[in-house]
Amino acid sequence: MVLEKVANIIAERIDCDAATILPTTKFEELGIDSLEVIELLMTMEEEFGTEIELEGTKLATVSDLVSIIEAKI
Amino acid sequence: MSFSVLGTGMYVPAKVVTNHDLSQFLETSDEWIQQRVGVVTRHISTKETAADMAYHAAVAALENSNCNKEDIDLILAATISGERISPSISCEVQEKLGINCVAFDLNAACSAFIFLLETAAGFFARGYKKILVIGAERNSRIVDWKDRNTAVIFGDGAGALVLEAGENYLDSTMTVRGGSDVINIPNPTGNSPYYQGISETPYILMNGQETFKFAVNAISNDLKLLLERNQISMEQIRWIVPHQANKRIIDMASVKLKVSTEKFFLNIQKYGNTSCASIPIALDEMHRDGLLQRGDLILLTAFGGGLAHASCLLRW
Repeated sequence: MVLEKVANIIAERIDCDAATILPTTKFEELGIDSLEVIELLMTMEEEFGTEIELEGTKLATVSDLVSIIEAKI
Repeated sequence: MSFSVLGTGMYVPAKVVTNHDLSQFLETSDEWIQQRVGVVTRHISTKETAADMAYHAAVAALENSNCNKEDIDLILAATISGERISPSISCEVQEKLGINCVAFDLNAACSAFIFLLETAAGFFARGYKKILVIGAERNSRIVDWKDRNTAVIFGDGAGALVLEAGENYLDSTMTVRGGSDVINIPNPTGNSPYYQGISETPYILMNGQETFKFAVNAISNDLKLLLERNQISMEQIRWIVPHQANKRIIDMASVKLKVSTEKFFLNIQKYGNTSCASIPIALDEMHRDGLLQRGDLILLTAFGGGLAHASCLLRW
């Protein structure tokens, strides 16, 4: 569910097909820079009504972002 | 009792460094810098210290205020990039101005200008009549010019306000919390033969992602609080003047606040991130460009090392 939501939000942002966004997809490959990853995280925080601390976690792939959100909800 | 703003002043070094100039020795590009930070040019000192810049900004503010320097009761200044730990830049400005008032600095990193205003309000409550507040940075001194992540962001400059006793500092909020690993600027360690601690490189260290998240939340939470507490709507606010840290932070904060980016005054493209000087530099530009009318309600919002964030509601 989280993966689907994340994929849809990314797809909308960069205007691509959500089905092409896989857990292993790197944000760099999608042209999403490290600040935009945080923008996505903050959008997900609003979506799920929760706050997610980074605590030094590196968010390089879609599954990194999905995991950090799933751990909180 | 708080204060009214009598006048503003600023100073930036003459030397302008473009993104193209930086790409000559850093692995970066104009496109990347503009997209990532929003900076196009920054002013970089070739000889001016933070104290020099503070002095020039102060002189400009005194002139703009039609205020005699002898009438200043107190000089409050802030810097994280002074050439000297002592004397403070406020003491150096006092000496250069040739006056006898009290003068001291405070350290609240990029949030310092709001902390200075809050401190000034306290002194006005104790009967002071005219206070000069200055934010000044020679960031080029503390940035690692080999680090493309930080070297492209920062600029040098100083801004000053002359304040007089009044009632226009309507409300403020100041928050300090952990995060010493998010933004950190070590001092040189010294050469004590007894000290066993680690020696750190004396440059700005910043976790970009954590700083971004912290800053967006800081702006959003502070401004919501001030609006709610004072029962006013964003429509009644003429301008939001943010610390010019990074355009992306401001863009994301505007999304969170559901407010147009046009409400935010931006000049980061010209000056880069000038830390605690960014707000007074912005106010001076706005004042001289006629963007501020007497009676306008404005929100100032700052955030940075500490970690700290502070915002205030001001009637111009």
